[in-house]
Amino acid sequence: MKAYMGIDVGSVSTVLVLIDEDNNVLSKVYIRTSGEPIKAVQRGLKLLAEGVDIDNIEVAGVGTTGSARYLSAVIVGADVVKNEITAHAVAASNLVPDVQTIIEIGGQDSKLIILRNGIVVDFAMNTVCAAGTGSFLDQQAARLNIPIEEFGAYALRSKNPVRIAGRCSVFAETDMIHKQQMGHKIEDLIAGLCSALVRNYINNVGKGKEILPPVVFQGGVAANIGIKKAFEEELGTEVIVPEHYALMGAIGAAIIAKNECRSGKTNFRGFAVSDMNFSVSSFECTECPNLCEVINIMKEDSILCRWGGKCGKWENIEHDLQEVLL
Amino acid sequence: MKISFPHMGISYIAFKHLLEELGYEVIVPPNPTKRTLTYGVKYAPEFACMPFKILLGNYIEVLEKGAEILITSGGVGPCRAGLYGVVHEKILKDIGYEFSMIVLEPPLENFRDFSKRVLVLKQKGIRWTSFLHEVKNAWMKLKLLDKVEQTVNKVRARELNKGQTTKVFNEVLKMIDEARSREEIFKVQKEAIDLLNSVPQDFSREPLKVGIIGEIYVVLEPHVNFDIERFLGERDVYVDRSIYITDYVRFAVWDKKGEDHIKKAAQPYLKQMIGGHGIQSVGETVLYALNGYDGVIQLAPFTCIPEIVSKSILAKVSRDLDIPVLTINIDEQTGEAGVQTRLEAFIDLIKQKKYAKEHAKEKEKGRLYESVYGY
Repeated sequence: MKAYMGIDVGSVSTVLVLIDEDNNVLSKVYIRTSGEPIKAVQRGLKLLAEGVDIDNIEVAGVGTTGSARYLSAVIVGADVVKNEITAHAVAASNLVPDVQTIIEIGGQDSKLIILRNGIVVDFAMNTVCAAGTGSFLDQQAARLNIPIEEFGAYALRSKNPVRIAGRCSVFAETDMIHKQQMGHKIEDLIAGLCSALVRNYINNVGKGKEILPPVVFQGGVAANIGIKKAFEEELGTEVIVPEHYALMGAIGAAIIAKNECRSGKTNFRGFAVSDMNFSVSSFECTECPNLCEVINIMKEDSILCRWGGKCGKWENIEHDLQEVLL
Repeated sequence: MKISFPHMGISYIAFKHLLEELGYEVIVPPNPTKRTLTYGVKYAPEFACMPFKILLGNYIEVLEKGAEILITSGGVGPCRAGLYGVVHEKILKDIGYEFSMIVLEPPLENFRDFSKRVLVLKQKGIRWTSFLHEVKNAWMKLKLLDKVEQTVNKVRARELNKGQTTKVFNEVLKMIDEARSREEIFKVQKEAIDLLNSVPQDFSREPLKVGIIGEIYVVLEPHVNFDIERFLGERDVYVDRSIYITDYVRFAVWDKKGEDHIKKAAQPYLKQMIGGHGIQSVGETVLYALNGYDGVIQLAPFTCIPEIVSKSILAKVSRDLDIPVLTINIDEQTGEAGVQTRLEAFIDLIKQKKYAKEHAKEKEKGRLYESVYGY
């Protein structure tokens, strides 16, 4: 049977999914990027293949998204490269067709996507501060010695949430420590942190945009039921967390690939990619004072592609590659 | 005498021509690069805007190459850029550079002051007639450069081979730079545009149309705005820039009423000058909406008050006239990857919007999305 692959390589996690013609998830992989996107993609492919009856699957299209979308597209041979905003919107509107607001909070960025009548009409991403994103919550959970999975449950147990300054992650931490030293209970601290982060999100990302239901909340942080509850209280409406909340970017990329590959042609290099030898090298171009750091992506011994330069002269080594990227 | 001026887009070609013909040794300001910004950030107050830092860095680069005279423009109104020339001069002299600075204030405010400063540039031995002749030549070049950029945007949105227009564009700039006499300029006027139009294009495609508004320096300088016109153009978007340097000079030097239609368009939302290009940003957005553009991108230096004010107003314009507006704040911290993601998402947004409008009948909620990518 035909399947379509979506790959979302973000700052913190790497997600791969395989979907069928009806957008059902056949196999999924959620692993840490750990600073090595290429290895993460290779490992992810291996795990993805293990999750399905690989002999009965024909990968008919691949889409990539996330901050390493161009890199992962080159590695696996993608048919389409999409930005995260569009990918998330496609996935959410496919699941909840009349969705009007999408809240997406990932490892290092948070987004707000506004849809009306099925199309994106406005969007915003955090610009100045990463407070409230997954990395910060991770860090706080580690500091309090609570597994991140249980973080939200702690918040729900709180009866008297503490008010915490959520404007900036550094100040939020300072404030939390201050309140903790005054003797507040840990669940009150965590509940306070959740609502501070939600307020911060509404102010910094929301910035007066009209948030109408249905509201879908996705991205890794949606696992945190404390944050979900804080959003519901702040917005005064139910917040829907989809079953595959952490896979939505990858699902969106897969759906887009499905539509892109109607002609039946795919650039996918096959699951063997996970055993190929990819490497990167970089050099500083000194031909002008920009001193661009140009990166070579190598497959075995040949240069697959190159980027990082501002003027574009290094990129032009392979034409069909350019087509994939544009 | 070695003379220089700040880099602003491709306008340096015309200024270089004028000053060389007037008998100066011109130090062409280098393209703003990381080095420029490093110098600028080092000596500028932290809260100053991006144009201030780039210009300061650019001055240091040319002073290091031996420039003795710097020419820059002043300004009027509440935007602090009007004072940049004076502040730059103070900072540079504090660092220890020796030079003289000529700040040209808009002549409509004080014509005598302007002409006095311009005439300083006329050295002994240059005849009046040739002085005016060369001013006109430079003006012709400036107008040609604007026309070239407009043509580039038109052609690039339909080019068949990605990147070819930009290649031809660079050749054309060299041709314009090399034309010296009036006859040569006349000749290159035609050749340049013909050459650009000869780039193979796909005329069956109707590109998306996006207008670019905002503060003049970040709009005009591709090295600061991540080469946004090229980025969009190579993704099949036709870009119209709201500001061209000849318009700016015209409005400041003799055509005071030239912008009246823009200010009038802004009227329902903003009735008074707020400095910089604040009122123009509002007016231009209204005009783009009325002219059927698919979207507007506002480029604003971080901390630019006029653009911050207009940004808040643009939210209402966008709602009222149903035109998507994306604001990009630019400063030394702005990450290119973030800008790229936003621009890509914005293109998708306007593409879907246009598609939805065209296929309003077959609209089936949710499914619409998928179909946008099907073709």
